[in-house]
Amino acid sequence: MKSLTRRLLWTAVGAMTFAAVVAGGAIAQAPAVKIGLLATLEGPFAAGGQDGMRGAELAVKERGGVVAGRKIEIIKASSDAKPDVAVNATRKLVEQDKVDIMVGPLSGSEGIAVKNYSKTQPGITFINGSSGAQATTLQDPSPNFFRFNTEGAQWMVGLGDYAYKTKNYKKMALIAEDYAFPYSQVQGFMTEYCKAGGKVTHKAWVPLGGKDYSSVIAKLPGDVDALLVVLGGADAVNFLTQYEQAGGNKPMVGGSITVDQTVLNFKGKRRESLLGTPSAGPMADRYEGAEWKKFVAEYKESFKDGFPSPSLFAYVYYINMKAALDGLDAVKGDLSGGQAKYREALRTLKLKTPTGEVTLDENRQAIGTTFVTEVAKAADGGFYNKVVSVVPNVNQRLGMSKADFDKVGLGSRDVPNCP
Amino acid sequence: MSAADWRKAMNAGAGRYAWTAARPAPRPSPRPSPLGEVAATGWAAWVWGRVRARHVLALLAVLVYPWVATPFFTYQIGAQALALGLIALSLTFLAGYGGMVSLAQMTVAGIAGYMYAIFATSGTDISLRWPWGLAVVLALVIATICGTLIGWFSVRTEGIYTIMITLAIGVAFYYLAQQNYSLFNGFQGFQSVMTPAVGGVELRAPLPFYYLALFWALAGYFVVAYLLRAPFGVALQGIRDNPRRMSALGFNVTAHRVAAYSVAGLIAAVGGVLMVWYNGLVSPGSVGTSWLINILIIAVLGGMRHPIGPFIGAVVFVLLQNFAVDLVGRERFNLLIGGVFLVIVLFSSDGLLGWWAQGRQYMKTQFNRGPGAALTQRRRQ
Repeated sequence: MKSLTRRLLWTAVGAMTFAAVVAGGAIAQAPAVKIGLLATLEGPFAAGGQDGMRGAELAVKERGGVVAGRKIEIIKASSDAKPDVAVNATRKLVEQDKVDIMVGPLSGSEGIAVKNYSKTQPGITFINGSSGAQATTLQDPSPNFFRFNTEGAQWMVGLGDYAYKTKNYKKMALIAEDYAFPYSQVQGFMTEYCKAGGKVTHKAWVPLGGKDYSSVIAKLPGDVDALLVVLGGADAVNFLTQYEQAGGNKPMVGGSITVDQTVLNFKGKRRESLLGTPSAGPMADRYEGAEWKKFVAEYKESFKDGFPSPSLFAYVYYINMKAALDGLDAVKGDLSGGQAKYREALRTLKLKTPTGEVTLDENRQAIGTTFVTEVAKAADGGFYNKVVSVVPNVNQRLGMSKADFDKVGLGSRDVPNCP
Repeated sequence: MSAADWRKAMNAGAGRYAWTAARPAPRPSPRPSPLGEVAATGWAAWVWGRVRARHVLALLAVLVYPWVATPFFTYQIGAQALALGLIALSLTFLAGYGGMVSLAQMTVAGIAGYMYAIFATSGTDISLRWPWGLAVVLALVIATICGTLIGWFSVRTEGIYTIMITLAIGVAFYYLAQQNYSLFNGFQGFQSVMTPAVGGVELRAPLPFYYLALFWALAGYFVVAYLLRAPFGVALQGIRDNPRRMSALGFNVTAHRVAAYSVAGLIAAVGGVLMVWYNGLVSPGSVGTSWLINILIIAVLGGMRHPIGPFIGAVVFVLLQNFAVDLVGRERFNLLIGGVFLVIVLFSSDGLLGWWAQGRQYMKTQFNRGPGAALTQRRRQ
């Protein structure tokens, strides 16, 4: 009995020594650059988080897993769209796993929390995942937090003019979910729409994940030309169904996540009336740009289990990870001096994305392209979002000067206003 | 109920009835006191008779821990486990000794966190920016009152109905916090809630925060340990075991239960303020259903028969939350967390403490076969 125990013990010690030697050798060979990757693999955005990770992996794969001669080591972590969970996961990646660069998180309030945490870790560079809160970079920005994607308000630029001038909607009512992302979207739309001369006479803010819209529909004024609907996919379908049952007949203008596949596959009687519904966003499935088509083809080839076409999350994680790697390439993998050189490279990076060039403003926030789209009918009878205009170089202050923008402030229930 | 009634009700448990029968008989002092006859009856003898080597070792271990561990382990594992353990301790006190499983303890902690964020300084204009000391006191008082009110609502129910009503209260507060913008700032909650600096020491730093959490965890532990031996705690355990009989004996069952909720409310409130300092933020997610249930998991995981249980449960919980992702695939790590919980709950009558008790029993039967064994065993139980 005793000899058996001792033999087992020695075997274990031998195996561990061997493992340590092998691991040590591997480390000595290639000084890998460690990148932490945080997305939501739990909770309401689990599917989106998974696709976000696919996007980031695609950016690594394009470089063959090596940047400037250094191997790229990705360490993943998960949150559930709650800010405290996101900070805990980030803290583990930074302090325990000792990553050099952080990419993430996915949702708005997580982004603000991680940005605040980034101030306590000046030696690490943080790059956004897909979070899109305006406040992350507009209020109290952090010197080591970079965001290469545009956010909710920027995504609506171009749509206000299109609705007023092309569609000739002079008076609108809006229905939107009651939290920060729709506030930003509404601000992006109304800033332009009000300036063009349009009026938004009625605002209905509904809770996220609402089921019953009958009371909201009953209160909608009859003298408007169209409705601005900023609801997430499932909420939008619920609203459309009930609006149709109540006999509503106004045309619709959608937010960036409103007119998605669930809405386009809407089977109600008013299906035809969806034709011509404009919306806007940072990407468009049917964009004809060569770079975009290449990106979609690569995504489809790499991820057989992925979506039929890359989601918004996959795309945004892709460009942020691409920025992290392009920056590393620019400094030849040199992260010395508290990553000062690397950050300078990121600040001045002219990032080539599938939808055009992205540069950063003084708050390290992206200035990029927005697409205005409209629902159209394909040859096979299915509906899709046709690109009607491309707005390049959209900045976070929506084309206003800093003083003008600060006067208005961030979007909220009552800001902006033009009844 | 008037204050006089209350006092009468509480005193009823203290003096009028002979509790010696229910209380374990005073043990014969296992060791002669080194302080001689003078101290033999005082508190020193009490301590000497009770403290064992493992208690001293555990205390030393938690004191030395941050000097050995990395800042990450000190802060995210150590301090977080202590703060969560404190909140779970309030549930252990209610459930293990009062027989009332309340899912709203995280809500009470969340109210304390929200109140602190509202009165003290945060990144939102709603915050009143009062001195942090005042904010802490207000947060504790308001949360304790809320805890008492929740108790007052739910003591009329028993068993599963208590769980249901406290869950309902917890979920209602979650939605209130999520949809109210004037006070709770809705979906965003409060970001950049500042942890104060005391005498030049930044409490946010891992080491000071760990000792702060440790101090309050120990305080909570000893308060509960003391209460359980005090007449109030003994009466509470009596009510847990047989409320009708206690009522017949003249105890005001409702008053004792509500008072237990107040005590638990205060403990949870302290934990809540620690959590808001730990996270630096409070949002509806911090009081969502998943956290209400996590607190129950921590309490059950550790074991409900001793106030150390929730802290052990919290350590295991926090370790799993952080490192399960490294052990199994990124997409499947929740499976491991759930699996461990299931194994512990299935194979132990009382969480990890149950295993500890079983292990000690086993060791005793293995090694204490001498003539004194039976005596030792009886004495130690």
